[in-house]
Amino acid sequence: MRRALRWLMAVCVVVATSTAAYAADLRPLVQALGSGGYSGTEKALAQLSEAGDPAAVPVIEALQAGDLYVRKADGAVVVARKAGDAFTLTDPLTRAALGEAPSTAVEKIRVNNSLRRAISASLGALTLMSPDAGVRRSAADAVFKSRDASALETLNAAIAKEQDKGVRAAMEQARAAILLTGEAASKMTDADIQSATDTLTARGDRDALVLLNMVAGSGASDVTKKLAAAAVSTLEQKLAFWAALQNLWYGLSLGSVLLLAAIGLAVTFGVMGVINMAHGEMVMIGAYTTFLVQEFFRAHAPGLFDLSILVALPAAFLVSGGVGIVIERSVIRWLYGRPLETLLATWGLSLALQQAVRSIFGPTNREVGAPSWMSGAFELGGLTITYGRLWIVVFAFAVFAALLVALKRTWFGLSIRAVTQNRPMANAMGIRTARVDALTFGLGSGIAGLAGVALSQIDNVSPNLGQGYILDSFMVVVFGGVGNLWGTLVGALTLGTMNKFLEPYAGAVLGKILVLIFIILFIQRRPRGLFALKGRAVEA
Amino acid sequence: MRTKQLTSSFGIGALAGLAMGAMASFAMPAQAADDTIKVGILHSLSGTMAISETTLKDVMLMLIDEQNKKGGLLGKKLEPVVVDPASNWPLFAEKARELISKDKVSAVFGCWTSVSRKSVLPVFEELNNILFYPVQYEGEESSRNVFYTGAAPNQQAIPAVDYLMQKEKVQRWVLAGTDYVYPRTTNKILEAYLKGKGVKPEDIMINYTPFGHSDWQSIVADIKKFGSAGKKTAVVSTINGDANVPFYKELGNQGVKAQDIPVVAFSVGEEELAGIDTKPLLGHLAAWNYFQSVETPANTDFIKSWKAYTKNDKRVTNDPMEAHYIGFNMWVKAVEAAGTTEPDKVIDAMVGVAVPNLTGGYSAMLPNHHITKPVLIGEVQENGQFDVVSKTSGLVPGDEWSDFLPDSKDLIADWRKPMSCGNFNVKTGKCGGKGS
Repeated sequence: MRRALRWLMAVCVVVATSTAAYAADLRPLVQALGSGGYSGTEKALAQLSEAGDPAAVPVIEALQAGDLYVRKADGAVVVARKAGDAFTLTDPLTRAALGEAPSTAVEKIRVNNSLRRAISASLGALTLMSPDAGVRRSAADAVFKSRDASALETLNAAIAKEQDKGVRAAMEQARAAILLTGEAASKMTDADIQSATDTLTARGDRDALVLLNMVAGSGASDVTKKLAAAAVSTLEQKLAFWAALQNLWYGLSLGSVLLLAAIGLAVTFGVMGVINMAHGEMVMIGAYTTFLVQEFFRAHAPGLFDLSILVALPAAFLVSGGVGIVIERSVIRWLYGRPLETLLATWGLSLALQQAVRSIFGPTNREVGAPSWMSGAFELGGLTITYGRLWIVVFAFAVFAALLVALKRTWFGLSIRAVTQNRPMANAMGIRTARVDALTFGLGSGIAGLAGVALSQIDNVSPNLGQGYILDSFMVVVFGGVGNLWGTLVGALTLGTMNKFLEPYAGAVLGKILVLIFIILFIQRRPRGLFALKGRAVEA
Repeated sequence: MRTKQLTSSFGIGALAGLAMGAMASFAMPAQAADDTIKVGILHSLSGTMAISETTLKDVMLMLIDEQNKKGGLLGKKLEPVVVDPASNWPLFAEKARELISKDKVSAVFGCWTSVSRKSVLPVFEELNNILFYPVQYEGEESSRNVFYTGAAPNQQAIPAVDYLMQKEKVQRWVLAGTDYVYPRTTNKILEAYLKGKGVKPEDIMINYTPFGHSDWQSIVADIKKFGSAGKKTAVVSTINGDANVPFYKELGNQGVKAQDIPVVAFSVGEEELAGIDTKPLLGHLAAWNYFQSVETPANTDFIKSWKAYTKNDKRVTNDPMEAHYIGFNMWVKAVEAAGTTEPDKVIDAMVGVAVPNLTGGYSAMLPNHHITKPVLIGEVQENGQFDVVSKTSGLVPGDEWSDFLPDSKDLIADWRKPMSCGNFNVKTGKCGGKGS
């Protein structure tokens, strides 16, 4: 540990003393970044990274971030950062302040995809020796991607010094990548080639597969090709296993979205028997409530933005639930027992709500941001799981559990069940059935609003949001068995998984058609769905 | 299950359409037609397509307003007649008929989807009026009564693929689209073009998804898998409308970076990006004939007046808006040249009219009723705008009948006399070949 520290300090001193000396040499190269368009910048960048001087790193980073500008007056390359209407300029190498300039006085050095690739390659090569293990790690990954043979020497030196096991493995993979694809491959012994392909197989991801495929299809020697091809088939088998698991996860994730969308309907349609075509619009209202809450946070408390979703949950529940209660009191309560009229009335309502939202918020999509704890992904074995989807799965099950508890364990739930099972008797026992009806409808709508909060993270927040889910929701509820929450759960997960397993083979369009045909056939056999209610409740 | 949903949304659309239609016809007071020239605007203001088409209605109102401030046309004021076909294809035909027969408009600017254009086409031919169609489309059509101011496939798709092939050295192609006529025809053309360039069939993957598809997880995973064959891979996306937002979100989620697998889109513009966080999309591409970020004096003025007209500093401009800008100015010029708004004379005067476009050049109307345009390739920036990375050196003339499809490669359209034909077969020397 102490030795490592001392070594680190030594490196720092060397870097510090050499910076001043090198800075002068780098100046013309940095200057060249600003001329000749994309190809000019790329050429200068190549020379800059060939110089191998860490002092160039901040300059390249500024280029990557889009902060590198050319001052129009004298053509000097400067770092410019926006401060109000103007830019504050600094020297890219010495970081000396160069004053301010209006935005018209500087021109951005533009970056395209091929430059972006070159930038990450040269940053990778230049930061292999960085004191920060995380930086070294991403440097190794960048070199792995670029397979830049000129980085080989630095890479060897870095591997020799590397203490961190994970970082060293990444560096060795990068070295194997360079060795196998570069000119060096022809001079390697069979054992060396074997160990290089083994290193890549051990890496075991798609990037390694890309590389091995490339080697297998290249003009390398026969031995190399054979070894690479063998590694490809091992890797493909392994990846196929993970791909199947991954598909299962996608199915679960789609199923949870269906569950969220359908669970409110399971209350209004399943429990109350109201065919509510405006259910999708309740979801949409939930999503727009999220948007409004986020706008409020953006305007008044940008620091707490990550919490906006948590605030949006109760808000969406109350807003959608409130709208639901109003709808029930004003329209639906006059139509109990008349399914056709209910269908038409709620359909009309759904159109009216859509157009109302369109008039208020405009027809274009609204941006709902993802809080930091919901963005990004993590790896689990060979699985890639995005946080957003994971939270939605968790949330869907939480909502399901909460609803179950509410219906089975609370006085309110008891009243709902009593009213739906035997209305006159419940009335006779002193339950205010009209009020229970309104609250039940409000509960179903409120849950739809909760779904809207979750869906705002993965779908468009537009007036049409609900339309995409209404039929799926009905299908889940009917398939699962009307009036049974567990049926909704199993139905949603089954349909989601089925969809995802059909998609790779049949395509998304045909896959959906096949699922529909399956449901039609299933309903023929079991008209009451998966979990049919039995007993007297059915007749009520 | 989508099929069911689609049919039902037709139903929903029909209802909404009836309601909106009734409102629109009440809103428009019948005026004496003598002192004004009426211009029809046929864009959906409700339903699924409202998201794209409402903007075009606004830009038409702005252009008409500006023309009136300049003194109108032929000494008369222009009067816009706005109707709402409510994203309902049959209603488009009804509304077109209403505009022409009842409101007696001199020309109509409208439609977005190809199916809506196909729906109104017989009406315009029967009643002999003029339609300006502002959206990029699949080609394979040329009507005497329609002027196509959006891009034909050779003005968008082919140059984009060329760019990827030359600059990004792409060898493997995913053609992903929404399942309807524009993506299917465009992909057919692209497939034939790529195979002609020596791309092997196993290096092309074609994938279609339903309208409004929102769960892209397995398809993006499939694209990643397809991209791991050791050859540079790119996605050519003809995914339309709302489905793009979840598609791009999923690309970001699964870490598909533009440096590794670039996606070039033909239906994603500034307006579509307005609803997405574009940071993970940095560098993905779009091919259009216009970008808001183009720096020309004409474009700066246009953006300024657009923001002023909509009283919203955040409103963006996009390619179909420029197409209406070009189309409207062409129509004005042709009417001035013909001295009348009578459709027959205006149609004849249209061919050869050239007006400035917003990217610093002139666009001209060709005998096939398509126009010349530059093709630009842009990369998505963090601010939701595009940075132009490639621009064709000259203007590309719109080719209505693709040279890469066996059914249409012998066909040409020329509406000048004496040929006056939309599908002239150069092999047989007769008007009326294959295609429609």
